[in-house]
Amino acid sequence: MTETEHIARWVVPGARVLDLGCGDGTLLRHLWQTRQAPGYGVEIDDAQVLECIRNDVNVLQMDLEDGLSAFQDGSFDYVVLSETLQTIHHQEALLREMLRVGREAIVSFPNFGFWRARLQIAVGGHMPVSKELPYQWYDTPNVHHCTLVDFEDLCAKLEIRVLERLVLREGKPVSLLPNLLGSLAVYRVSA
Amino acid sequence: MIVEARKAKFSEPLKLKGGATLPEFEIAYETYGELNAARSNAVLVCHALNASHHVAGTYADKPDDVGWWDNMVGPGKPLDTNRFFVVGSNYIGSCFGSTGPTSPNPATGKAWGADFPVVTVEDWVAAQARLADRLGIERFAAVMGGSIGAMQALQWSLSFPQRVRHAIVIAATPQLSAQNIAFNEVARQAIMTDPDFHGGHYYEKGVVPRRGLRIARMIGHITYLSDDAMMEKFGRLLRGKSAPGYDFNVDFEIESYLRYQGDKFADYFDANTYLRITKALDYYDPAADFGGDLAAAMARAQANFLVVSFTSDWRFASSRSRAIVKALLDNRRVLSYLEIDAPQGHDAFLMDDARYIGALRAYFGNIEL
Repeated sequence: MTETEHIARWVVPGARVLDLGCGDGTLLRHLWQTRQAPGYGVEIDDAQVLECIRNDVNVLQMDLEDGLSAFQDGSFDYVVLSETLQTIHHQEALLREMLRVGREAIVSFPNFGFWRARLQIAVGGHMPVSKELPYQWYDTPNVHHCTLVDFEDLCAKLEIRVLERLVLREGKPVSLLPNLLGSLAVYRVSA
Repeated sequence: MIVEARKAKFSEPLKLKGGATLPEFEIAYETYGELNAARSNAVLVCHALNASHHVAGTYADKPDDVGWWDNMVGPGKPLDTNRFFVVGSNYIGSCFGSTGPTSPNPATGKAWGADFPVVTVEDWVAAQARLADRLGIERFAAVMGGSIGAMQALQWSLSFPQRVRHAIVIAATPQLSAQNIAFNEVARQAIMTDPDFHGGHYYEKGVVPRRGLRIARMIGHITYLSDDAMMEKFGRLLRGKSAPGYDFNVDFEIESYLRYQGDKFADYFDANTYLRITKALDYYDPAADFGGDLAAAMARAQANFLVVSFTSDWRFASSRSRAIVKALLDNRRVLSYLEIDAPQGHDAFLMDDARYIGALRAYFGNIEL
């Protein structure tokens, strides 16, 4: 099962969704087709925005670093940040904004605590490069990596409640030692 | 594509927002493609300040007279006339064929001149709706425009919410800023203080306030281009000389360019029309009746929206388009917004930027007929 399908299972039919860093709009299209959930995507990359238009997805070309002032308080049921958290400079501000405009937030990120990443640093002495983290340290858009524990610490600091957590490896849920054996983390959180 | 300009005459009086009534009027227009049997494929293209109903194609007898948005509209173009029935319509008050200051006043038989009333964006749209009725178009698949044309597209979604499925609003603003009005006022003053203006009654004197029109156009042109685009195109290049003249003749290429643009404009544009169009712009403010609350004003709109702005546009900056986007989001409209990092400034809406052209092609491709 893809991350998109996992996230879709959490979304109540008919819910209103804001997808931050929506890429080509795959998730929004999937949510509309399977959950009749309307929404908007926010994306900054020209090529991805064009794909969204092609995919007939509502897309807003905006910079997440500028905040979410275009959106009213509580105007969405879910605000999704899928594999984008690690590219943001001001995580705290964005997480607060997400829970201002949305009832709940769904956040996913590559787990930097995944054993392969640890091994590449510990044994190879190199920054990890993998399917989830396909960049070299000098060309990566990722500026703030974290592990499951780091993210949960931040949630605690910001008084964000973790409602549900799903840790995946190759699309399959991981329950044993998730911070070591999971490569991708998906959280559903609320204020 | 060979096209033909037409005129439609309307004898029913048109009550204008400013209080005056036009007893009758004509609209110059062109159409491209075929209206389908379901009448579901019509797209209205609204033009900006100095353009006209001649949106695309050429005339049989004037092969060089190419429409102003020929890169956007035509067979196989983003707005594909093989699929859509496209209507280009000249707004009233214009000097390009629709009833305006140069047209005869039925009360006197002479040209309206200074007596032609001030028209508004709302009046333009009301007049266009009569044309749509005449053409048998109950509901447009899309109404589209850039700059002043975008104001018309926006206003269509408010004046006739049921008649617009998609509003495509490019390089727009929901109201002019004080700076925008200031530039317009300088342009108007240039025209009105020209000794050849004669209070707008210059037709009967056989003169044209050319000096005023030239300056108005030169000012306008500066606001259509970005600083970067102007620097890129002209820099500090000298015109036909290797050293400055230390006099008041043309030194720089940009001076020569502005003078050329001013002269060209004064040859074909009517001063009374220029005054009225800039006023129509100044007055446009759909939020005014809602205590300045644009979201409340936009609550009437039913259309799906595509809003496009250009980051180098300082005349109608991207922040102005984002205000429209915010108002539409507050109303939960179906909406996409593109903020294109194009260097040309306001005029970018007429250019061939692959991202912009590609997005419009994709958007039109998804409009169901």
